[in-house]
Amino acid sequence: MDHDDKERDIRLSPGVSRRGFIASVGSGAMGVAAVATLGATTPAEVPADASAAQIDTSDTMSTIVINVNGRRHKMLVEPRWSLLYVLRDRLNLTGTKVGCERGECGACTVLVDGKARYACLTLAVEADGRDITTVEGLMKGEDLGTTQQAFAEEDAFQCGYCTPGQVMAAEGLIRSNPSPTLDEIRQGMSGNICRCGAYAHIFTAVAKAADLKRQGR
Amino acid sequence: MEPNDTYYWDGPLPETQAPSTTPDPWKVTKVVGKALVRIDAYDRVSGSAVYPSDVVLPDMLHAAVLSCPHAHAMVKKVDTGDAEKMPGVHAILKDGVVGTNIPWFAGRGGFSSRLFDPHCRYEGDEVAVVAADTIYQAWDAVRAIKVEYDVLKYAVTVEDALKTDAPAIRDSGNAIAPPPPYQRGDVEAAFKTAGVIAVEHTFHTPCELHNPMEVHGCVAKWDGPRLTIWESTQGVYAVQQGVARALNMPLANVRAIGHYMGGGFGGKLSHGKYSVMAALLAKKSGRPVRLFLSREQVCQSMGNRPANTIVLKAAVQKDGTLVAFQSKVTGSGGAYSEGGTGGVDFVIRELYKCPNVQCENQGVFTNAGPERAFRAPGHPQGAWALEIMMDALAVRIGMDPVEFRLKNISTVSQSRNGNPPYTSTGFADCLAQGAKAFGWKEARAKAPLPSHIKRGVGVAGGMWQGGSGGPPSTAIVKLFGDGSANLNLGASDIGCGTKTWGAQIVSEELGVPVERISVEHADTGTTPFATPSGGSKTVPTESPAIRAAAIDVKQQLLAMAAEQLKLPQAELELRGAEVVSKSDPAKKVALGQIQAFGRRGLILGVGYRGPNPQGKAINPFGAQFAEVEVNTKTGEIKVLRFLAAHDSGRILNPLTFRNQVFGGITMGIGFGLTEDRVMDREHRGKLLTANLHDYKMPTALDAPADKTCLTIDPHDTECNTTGTKGVGEPATIPTAPAVANAVFHATGLRLTDAPMSPARVVAALAAQKTAPAGQRRG
Repeated sequence: MDHDDKERDIRLSPGVSRRGFIASVGSGAMGVAAVATLGATTPAEVPADASAAQIDTSDTMSTIVINVNGRRHKMLVEPRWSLLYVLRDRLNLTGTKVGCERGECGACTVLVDGKARYACLTLAVEADGRDITTVEGLMKGEDLGTTQQAFAEEDAFQCGYCTPGQVMAAEGLIRSNPSPTLDEIRQGMSGNICRCGAYAHIFTAVAKAADLKRQGR
Repeated sequence: MEPNDTYYWDGPLPETQAPSTTPDPWKVTKVVGKALVRIDAYDRVSGSAVYPSDVVLPDMLHAAVLSCPHAHAMVKKVDTGDAEKMPGVHAILKDGVVGTNIPWFAGRGGFSSRLFDPHCRYEGDEVAVVAADTIYQAWDAVRAIKVEYDVLKYAVTVEDALKTDAPAIRDSGNAIAPPPPYQRGDVEAAFKTAGVIAVEHTFHTPCELHNPMEVHGCVAKWDGPRLTIWESTQGVYAVQQGVARALNMPLANVRAIGHYMGGGFGGKLSHGKYSVMAALLAKKSGRPVRLFLSREQVCQSMGNRPANTIVLKAAVQKDGTLVAFQSKVTGSGGAYSEGGTGGVDFVIRELYKCPNVQCENQGVFTNAGPERAFRAPGHPQGAWALEIMMDALAVRIGMDPVEFRLKNISTVSQSRNGNPPYTSTGFADCLAQGAKAFGWKEARAKAPLPSHIKRGVGVAGGMWQGGSGGPPSTAIVKLFGDGSANLNLGASDIGCGTKTWGAQIVSEELGVPVERISVEHADTGTTPFATPSGGSKTVPTESPAIRAAAIDVKQQLLAMAAEQLKLPQAELELRGAEVVSKSDPAKKVALGQIQAFGRRGLILGVGYRGPNPQGKAINPFGAQFAEVEVNTKTGEIKVLRFLAAHDSGRILNPLTFRNQVFGGITMGIGFGLTEDRVMDREHRGKLLTANLHDYKMPTALDAPADKTCLTIDPHDTECNTTGTKGVGEPATIPTAPAVANAVFHATGLRLTDAPMSPARVVAALAAQKTAPAGQRRG
């Protein structure tokens, strides 16, 4: 595992991370793990969220700075905390879901430096200096983002619980492969389980999202 | 199901007041039947929908459960001393703590356990629970609790539990007293009839885990004597009743809210121990508590579809007339459920016309997690046996499997008293039109590939015992002065689009655009009583009540307009945003101009679900067609395409309907090919598939992209006032046997054990090669 890029400036447009960790998004994401086309913009300097920062101040805690949906958070974390825990329980970004906490279901999928990752298998300290995009970060203000819109229109979910993870996996897939074939879509989405079994609609939604994005939407 | 004997409600079902009107079926619809995008799609894809596990309350604690790690053990001592001193820990509950002596798992002989029962009968039985500031601290404390166990001998399979030296899992014995056998005609004599062809197979089905994506749990908060629970549930009123009974509280003081929930499939029809534990921890700590189980605990404790062994014998005449079925079913609902075989024989008794049928069932207690109702309880297992048998019989008499099934269609319910006719059965159309749309004949006749990849097609039929819906249900529709509306109903939207088609019905009756309708639902504090959403009954139960509520609003509106226009009310109708005279369209008044409505500002309509017709049976039917490839070198089965033809009556929203059908197919593929709860029978009796890696649910690579949904609407005018039947369960019943029959068509392998894993297929292929030609199974 390679940690030599730890010191890089978080405000610079990030390069492709070589930090693999164990959080690759199943066989699906590995199948499309080509060079990511990064859509993340340079995050604005925002004061750290007061509600989120410095809740516990024990000696064992580490300081991290993460950029979540374009907002900078400086916070103390325990080394064992997962990124998923920090997003949901510290930053109250509950759009990212928890399903298995061991990298098997994909409900917690987020983008780390533009690439789909399981937040449950990414330690918060490992996310230090990274750009994190959650499902909330795909919104265009009050409007749905392109991928979200395609999921809504194609009815690509039932209970909707795995959906934020599915949407983020689709977003990561399309950013790295703007014109995925059906086989590439199936492979790319195979790290995200939908127990309701909405896969057929998910496939059409991902294809539609890719189409719309190619049209610049 | 009989109206007062349901698996989804504990105790007799409450009655509903009779509706004041019984409207005729819709003839032409404008909004109902349209493929509208869900009204809550935005919430679900934006991340703004707050699921129970997302609920964050000020000062909230997080709880974790200590589960028994042994298959069978007696707790001798629970030492929480160290755990109590750990940072962040605020409350710990275990057996002996005041208020925890709550009976659990009701059965025929009373309760068989309690909240923290020292006699742990399966790996996962609850021993203690901790609430702490963070979930990490809660798990730290759970790990610091020291428990002394007397580890007991265990039995995790039916065979082991029935051995003479088996451990006593329950005082009443491990074999559950079986219900009297089902019997019609004379099976023994029928099998001896000259000229009949008899076939017998023994089938095994896997124990399937529900594994909804949101784990089971809740958030509990007290306000003085009142408790609010945000629970991931299919039925808020079931949670309210269960928690109120456990804590001996007035129903009115328990408010259960379940606006969103991440999947149930029958596993969340009611509350769990976690609901009561969260409430008790919140009481003890004086702070709100969030308690969600781990995935491992969900796999262990939160229900399953029991594995079944089904010995099925059938007799048929050479012309394809069915003569007899005889089934013997065994299964285990784990350590606490007295079922294990429930619902399995229904399709055998009911689906095809057959004069002689006998069914026996034997349930057994084992040291395994308790079953919970799982999408069409028993039916996928029964259909696995019946539909593979139908395929085998068709082969034996040299008849096309579709033709054979069509020859044995029943228009009456053979296993219900008095053989009542179905209000409608589209089963024959599902088979015939499905075959045509699938290209059955052509696919069947296609020449085999000159390769180790073998291709084949298969068919299976199915029906669901429930799916009729019925009382109780009450719905409320509010029409506001500005012409917008609110629908208020108690049912949960578990992902089947309940809110959306509910709004479509209101829009249909009142002309209010769907965008101007909001839905308030699934909250015992603010919505009327509803049974849990399950059993494929939410549409046929709730939709007539919703329609009645909208009509009630309309009648009040027409009465106001009649007074103003000085015309008889019967002369008027609602057209868009106007009340218009039927005979003279020039006489009309816009809604905004109805003075009485303007003065009141709100019309409130209440609708009730009327009873189902007397002397009739109501069931949904379906037939599914599969095309597969079998790799005869690796044993892998690849499902290429599926066509599902379903008679679920009128379709309210074809988009969500199709999605649900495809979802049923996906789950059925799991049942047939990948899903299998595995217990460590030989060494420790533990669950070996307690995660989503080892317990294999279908992924995007397992479900075919090529799926077709064909709707067969028999235009049922009798079943209820919306002409609807259910689809949730029917969609998953025929799937696995359709795949198995396609595998037979491809390879000649008559596989009778699910899941059809590559290992099983390879073994069967090896046996096929060595078997003499005459002994190959039909």
